[in-house]
Amino acid sequence: MRYPIIAAGILAIAGAVQAREKPELTVYTYDSFVSDWGPGPQVERAFEEICDCDLKFVGAGDGAALLARLRLEGERTRADVVLGLDTNLTATAADTGLFAPHGVEVSFDLPVAWDDPLFLPFDWGYFAFVHDRKTVSDPPGSLRELAESDLKIVIQDPRSSTPGLGLLLWVKAAYGDAAPELWEGLADNIVTVTRGWSEAYGLFLDGEADMVLSYTTSPAYHLIAEGDDTKAAAAFAEGHYMQVEVAGKVASTDRPELAEKFLRFMVSDRFQSIIPTTNWMYPAVVPAAGLPDGFETLIRPEKALLYGSEEARRMRDAALNEWLGALGN
Amino acid sequence: MAGRARQLNLAVGAGSAAAAVVLALTLGTLGAVAWRAESAARLGPSDWAAVRFTLLQATLSALISVALAIPVARALARRRFAGRGVLITLLGAPFILPVIVAVLGLLAVFGRAGLLSQFLGRFGLPPVQIYGLHGVVLAHVFFNLPLATRLILQGWLAIPAERFRLAASLGFSERDVGRELERPMLREVLPGAFAVIFAICTTSFAVVLALGGGPRATTVELAIYQAFRFDFDLGRAAGLALVQFAIGAAAAGLALRFQVPQATGGGLDRVAGRPEADSPGRRIADTAWISLAAAFLLLPLGMIVLRGAPALFGMPPAVLAAALRSVLVALSSTVLALALALPLAFAMWHLRGRRLAGWLEALGYLPVAASPLVIGTGLFILFHPVVDPVALALPVTVVVNATMSLPFALRALVPAVARVEGRFGPLADSLGMHGQARLRHLHWPRLRRPIGFSAGLAAALSMGDLGVIALFADPEQATLPLQLYRLMAAYRMEDAAGAGLLLLVLAVALFWLFDRGGRVNADT
Repeated sequence: MRYPIIAAGILAIAGAVQAREKPELTVYTYDSFVSDWGPGPQVERAFEEICDCDLKFVGAGDGAALLARLRLEGERTRADVVLGLDTNLTATAADTGLFAPHGVEVSFDLPVAWDDPLFLPFDWGYFAFVHDRKTVSDPPGSLRELAESDLKIVIQDPRSSTPGLGLLLWVKAAYGDAAPELWEGLADNIVTVTRGWSEAYGLFLDGEADMVLSYTTSPAYHLIAEGDDTKAAAAFAEGHYMQVEVAGKVASTDRPELAEKFLRFMVSDRFQSIIPTTNWMYPAVVPAAGLPDGFETLIRPEKALLYGSEEARRMRDAALNEWLGALGN
Repeated sequence: MAGRARQLNLAVGAGSAAAAVVLALTLGTLGAVAWRAESAARLGPSDWAAVRFTLLQATLSALISVALAIPVARALARRRFAGRGVLITLLGAPFILPVIVAVLGLLAVFGRAGLLSQFLGRFGLPPVQIYGLHGVVLAHVFFNLPLATRLILQGWLAIPAERFRLAASLGFSERDVGRELERPMLREVLPGAFAVIFAICTTSFAVVLALGGGPRATTVELAIYQAFRFDFDLGRAAGLALVQFAIGAAAAGLALRFQVPQATGGGLDRVAGRPEADSPGRRIADTAWISLAAAFLLLPLGMIVLRGAPALFGMPPAVLAAALRSVLVALSSTVLALALALPLAFAMWHLRGRRLAGWLEALGYLPVAASPLVIGTGLFILFHPVVDPVALALPVTVVVNATMSLPFALRALVPAVARVEGRFGPLADSLGMHGQARLRHLHWPRLRRPIGFSAGLAAALSMGDLGVIALFADPEQATLPLQLYRLMAAYRMEDAAGAGLLLLVLAVALFWLFDRGGRVNADT
């Protein structure tokens, strides 16, 4: 009479083993990607439908802290894929030797040509200062006007956050050697420097600042998700620095095929159509259905600024020291 | 006599082993840091800005805490009112209050959306800002005003009541009393109080992590964290760690130079009659000082309870898992702290009068000068090539927390051991009571109170610690303070409020359980 129990036990164990055998893919990404309103939950569901695997997103701070985290963990990292670096970081990331070629070929709808063998873009956008039309009726028309104004702004730390680093290079690209003076002008506008984008945007929405460093596409969130057209991005005369967000396969992964499958999924229509209304960025490959309604209302900068990844790495340390010097005293 | 000799050897052996562990953790990790820093790039201007900011905020925090504590302590010293004893007891509470919880409470009162800003808004005034230097100083004053008040109150109560009576019979005015009695006392007490608070503020991390940041409000401790977590620049982290150790050692040295008044000891409710300060104006002023101080301390705590209570049930599973992790870490580090402190205390007694005892004592207090982030950096440098430091995040936290609470445990245990052994030791020796019997019949009944108290402190401190864990932690292996910090950073204030209250309750409950457990049926 004991046999059914034993059999049930064996079945249960077998079931457990089978459940455990479902391969797990760990993707390190930035915090806002995994938040409830970010792309994470939808992407997870969509990919798990086709991969017969368990996709696990792990939020590890903002984009730049993500790279530091990976360097800290080195080859022992549990990450199979890192998603959320940008072109300002890819040269440094490539130097770590922790990434492997992605081997994916696809034709992108990016404003720049793409031939990086290690990193694959998933979205892009322009950095911009976002404000509320009700409180800021006459937004500044340039970085310089912003620096000369009394407006209170929140920015992100360039050492931990990709928007923060983007602004650093934005100012550098627009002002070159005069960048420190612009930073000195901005210093009295800055309420606080946050570690990541989420913190800064949260502070802005809570009324702690007049403007926040974000993207030209951020107002689309308020328009589409909340039916609120009061948020706007200010167009700046110096042009807007661009961001191309990328993902890469970790070389030490024990699931290289699954990681590659994920990267291929990342540039597919399914993933790309999730991006505009969850990550609020332009998709790297425009989905068949096109951009969602509301995106046409966004400002399109006349002049785009972007350093190549090698150049960005060369500029970073000097620009960072200028920034620290200008804001530290 | 053989039993006694064996006991001595055992105590000295165990004590030396404990001392070796402490030595390895403090100076050993410092050695690792120094070795790594040799190849480091030189510290840049921003690093020196961090040094300046560290000293500036510590100086301001200590000055303001002490300056505000003088009228509060004076008021407490010369007034009698219902709840005075409770208030004085509460002044000790910030010690076991998790720093990050206090920050959450301060945000609810002094933040841009907090009570004060709402109040100002009614009069059309702009809201206040809490981020930056003044926020850091505010939080440090919140923690150290009570400490300063207790230290200065000790000074006041140490002036014999008879002198105040004599002054009254001589018809001294308030100014005369101040000149003849109070100012000489303050001159003796204030430098020590200032130095202690200055030293505490130079190693503060969680406050600056939450309220500082940005190039303008970065301390050396935070810069170590940034070098680690933003740049993964071990050489720079090591260089900064050396600077931090120098600052911490200098500050601790300063604090030791001045006679620091003993914060423990009885007699706190003895109030001398003070006819010279009995005018209605003085009474109102004293009442105002006491009320203001009480409000400053109690409002943030009240806000935590008020905001946290609705969110306490229905907290995300991640918070509950973090809470469980934190309790386990706290219990483990409590056991470890006692395992280090008790042998050290017994060894010090057995070696009393010899030079080695002095060394052991100095070593036991060494963690006061050490910074958790320096220890963490050193451990990382040592472990990194061999094992995965991320996998060791929780064990490392246990060990570091135990070490950090060691000085407090020693402060309670060393005099207690000396008392018990001094009074009953010879009798026990003559009865041949050694080993287990001595432990059970002599030590345990008389030491369980200080042991309970030390254990409570160690558990509460570890429960609320947000230091070394921030360096190592896996995104999914957070302790409750770290999880709380993440919720705050992600602006999930409702969940943060619930987690904050939970952390507060757990820290206080752990302290209470151990402290109470030590008192129940204790002989002394």
